[in-house]
Amino acid sequence: MALYEASATQLLSQLESGEVTSVEVTKACLDRIRQHDGAVGAFLKVMDEKALAQAAEVDRKRKAGEELGLLAGVPVAVKDLLCTEGEVTTCASKMLKDFVPPYSSTVIKKLQAADAVIVGKTNMDEFAMGGSTENSALGKTRNPWNTDLVPGGSSGGAAACLAAQMVPLSIGTDTGGSIRQPASFCGVVGLKPTYGRVSRFGLIAFASSLDQIGPMARTAEDTALFLEAMSGHDPQDSTSANVPCPLFSKTVDQPLEGLRIGLVKEHFGEGLDGDVEKAVREAVSVYEKLGAKVVDISLPHNKYGIATYYIIAPSEASSNLARFDGAHYGHRCDEATMLEELQKEKDALVAAGDELGVKRMDTPLIRMYRQSRAEGFGPEVKRRIMLGTYTLSAGYYDAFYLKALKVRRLIREDYDKAFKTVDLIVGPTAPNPAFAAGSKTNDPLAMYLEDLYTVTANLAGIPAMSIPCGFTSGGLPVGLHMQAPALEEDRLLRAAYMFQKETDWHAKTPSL
Amino acid sequence: MSDNYDIIIGLEVHVQLATKTKLFCRCSTKFGASPNTQTCPVCLGMPGSLPVMNREAFALGLKTACALNLNVPRFTKWDRKNYYYPDLPKGYQISQFDLPMSEDGYLWISDPKEQFEAKKVGIIRAHLEEDAGKSMHDEAAGKADTRIDLNRTGTPLLEIVSQPDMRSPLEAKAYLNELKLILTYLGVSDCNMQEGSLRVDANVNLHIKSDDPHKIATPIVEIKNMNSFRAVERALAYEAIRQYDEWQETGKTIKDAPKTTRGWDDQAQVTRPQREKEDSSDYRYFPDPDLAPVITTEEEVEAVQQALCELPMAIRERLHDGYGIPAYDADVIVNQGIVAVTYFEDLALKTGDAKMSSNWVQQDVLRVLKERDLEFDQFPITVERLSGLLKAIMNKEIDTTRAKDVFTQMLDSEKDAPAIMQEMGIEKVDDSELDNLVKEILLANPKAVEDLKNGVQKAVGALIGQAKKKNPNIDPGTFREKCLELVKDM
Repeated sequence: MALYEASATQLLSQLESGEVTSVEVTKACLDRIRQHDGAVGAFLKVMDEKALAQAAEVDRKRKAGEELGLLAGVPVAVKDLLCTEGEVTTCASKMLKDFVPPYSSTVIKKLQAADAVIVGKTNMDEFAMGGSTENSALGKTRNPWNTDLVPGGSSGGAAACLAAQMVPLSIGTDTGGSIRQPASFCGVVGLKPTYGRVSRFGLIAFASSLDQIGPMARTAEDTALFLEAMSGHDPQDSTSANVPCPLFSKTVDQPLEGLRIGLVKEHFGEGLDGDVEKAVREAVSVYEKLGAKVVDISLPHNKYGIATYYIIAPSEASSNLARFDGAHYGHRCDEATMLEELQKEKDALVAAGDELGVKRMDTPLIRMYRQSRAEGFGPEVKRRIMLGTYTLSAGYYDAFYLKALKVRRLIREDYDKAFKTVDLIVGPTAPNPAFAAGSKTNDPLAMYLEDLYTVTANLAGIPAMSIPCGFTSGGLPVGLHMQAPALEEDRLLRAAYMFQKETDWHAKTPSL
Repeated sequence: MSDNYDIIIGLEVHVQLATKTKLFCRCSTKFGASPNTQTCPVCLGMPGSLPVMNREAFALGLKTACALNLNVPRFTKWDRKNYYYPDLPKGYQISQFDLPMSEDGYLWISDPKEQFEAKKVGIIRAHLEEDAGKSMHDEAAGKADTRIDLNRTGTPLLEIVSQPDMRSPLEAKAYLNELKLILTYLGVSDCNMQEGSLRVDANVNLHIKSDDPHKIATPIVEIKNMNSFRAVERALAYEAIRQYDEWQETGKTIKDAPKTTRGWDDQAQVTRPQREKEDSSDYRYFPDPDLAPVITTEEEVEAVQQALCELPMAIRERLHDGYGIPAYDADVIVNQGIVAVTYFEDLALKTGDAKMSSNWVQQDVLRVLKERDLEFDQFPITVERLSGLLKAIMNKEIDTTRAKDVFTQMLDSEKDAPAIMQEMGIEKVDDSELDNLVKEILLANPKAVEDLKNGVQKAVGALIGQAKKKNPNIDPGTFREKCLELVKDM
């Protein structure tokens, strides 16, 4: 087996036994990236030198018998919205293409403490807004299974680099499905932890009450290990859960006894691709064979998930992204040209005798804000900022934002009720497999429906996971979506491991 | 004040809380550092950074709320107030909107000179928020330029909003003085207006008296830019006259015009209209998803109430009732702060004469502090030393006039009163010596003796003068008594 094919767990045992060095492993990954990333476009930046230096340092520590972290010497890719000290962190936006944070996010620090080797930063939808990675202002990412198709999003680069076997571990973030949907499209594993399980400090926020950082990998074991390395209470994040972090990697191989699986009636209705449904139903029968009991359940408010999400997320985003105004952070328009144009406008209004027009003109400061933001943000980001600004406006707040908060509570209550009778809720991750690049770019609503099955986990704050569970007739991966009660990631991981022991969908790889 | 209208005044006070660090990060709040040196990713609003509440700031807010009789709800939360401005790095200010940490309290104000009747001023709410940075507009050399200092960004503020209960600039000033005094007693703020630790905005309009049973109210004006309580008083007085004139001219009432903002020009002593922020009313408030709501238990509030220091109002009463000093005197002392109160009380206890102690504190101590521009805790004479001097007066070892000289000497010396008196040759004259002196003086002044016998009491003044020349240590009062006694027998 080539080094790039190995899982993180396999690599760690080879590293520990001295069969390989981290430098060798890292080189294998960098070679793989060099060979194939031209076609895939998963990375915005590859940090060859730093990665090799870090790998050499881990090798030295290992040789010297020094204490090593959980991921010692394993290459990791990072979605480009986690602040990394001294490294450009772009959010795939023109707005931040030159932004170099002077501090590292908690998760990056945890990876460093775990002696992981960060090989590069992956592409994404701009500010994590999108479901295809086509909203990136800085590059195109293709699905390794078929480069005419999108990898999903927003963590498209993170999923694609795993599927293309460029790295064994990859960090994603998930606000409405951004880890799970690309994992499904690319045939890899992705887990969105409980809200508060992983620190958000240093994650450039899209929607603060929904954003979670999570692990992506090719196996359940790797996912467990990776989650363990990044979790834990962080005093710098007030929303971080102050609970002890379980040792997921120690329990992942323990099968769940007497498992009760809930199938959501509403998830098998209109809009669900036939091949996807078939794969998911077959996956459920695998669990049945393993002794699980399958129960039909209803989440009556689930149908309001998308509407609720697309009020709350843009509202928070409109505020979170206000700091990118050209004065503090982000792209600033060319001021000389801007002032010249402003003067011309004024001259024209004066010449026309339009006094009111002159009075209502932008001040140079306001114009600078407007123009910098007009130039710096892409269309989807602008759309969501406008949506959020609208829904928070005086007179609309109660009808939209406040109402959405109430529905959010109902959605959460549905889950609380459901989890009284089942241990896991299982269904499709996305209604369809990966779609053709460009096929939904002019239809934002169709794109929003990609999140149909995933957003409610974010609204409820519960953990959820996507694992490969089969292929469509066209040979595209299908993801099985599993949801568990808050702080029960352990249950998801063990269920995923049980499934992967019985099947080999996760071991299938695209030919590049 | 005019008989034609009532002035309706409400005040919004922003107080900087005396925490060492900012409201949501650990940067120092110290005033006067070089621009942008007290900042970090959090207060700079750097992408990805997150706020963490400073418990100390909340505790100071709680203390103030209890002192101002405000109700503290069990649940409070943080909201974002969204607007664009260069000194606001996140594009929003973290504040409190619909569920403030405290609401519905009051404060008693009164005037020792009794220019208005004591009254209870309602307080609508007091809530916490972070301060913005400072914009420094530099328009030198015709090139408009603005520099931003973000040291102040994130400093904890308590915004205290009163009901429109004040009816004169004098009442407004009294409210501010009492509020500042309470905050100072609590130690929650240094209330330094020059450094911006205390900022006041005033809302004012008039209720014009007319035969019509319905009140005529003029449009509300918010006055900003007032840099002292005196400025507040003057700005309000000015604004009342201006609004009345404007109403006579235009007839516009509150129904015809929205609230406007005017700035106080201290140089010209006028208010001027300020440019309105566009759409300033729509701040798109919503709960800050980065911060957890704050839960306060009844027990916590009770503990704060229990631990609350004695407040100015109560101390005034205690000094008046307990020490028997006039209400006016008590007011003067209490207004000087807790150090002055403690000083007075110690002095009164040591000397056993509260009235005398009060007089000395109010007149002599305060005069020196003013002359030397000192704070009360910098006053050079300890209670122990001053009580020594006062006791000497009480024992008639020294008269008040000469005691003032001793007092002056003591200011710049470490020595006690007796030592200085000794240096100055001041000692108590014993009875026989005094008797001899009285006899001697009376014998030498038969005319005066005659006058005294005829009841011309003032004649004794000249005799005292003569006696003092012979022995400056005599006590004039005792001398007078002895004279009158002896003359009777002559």
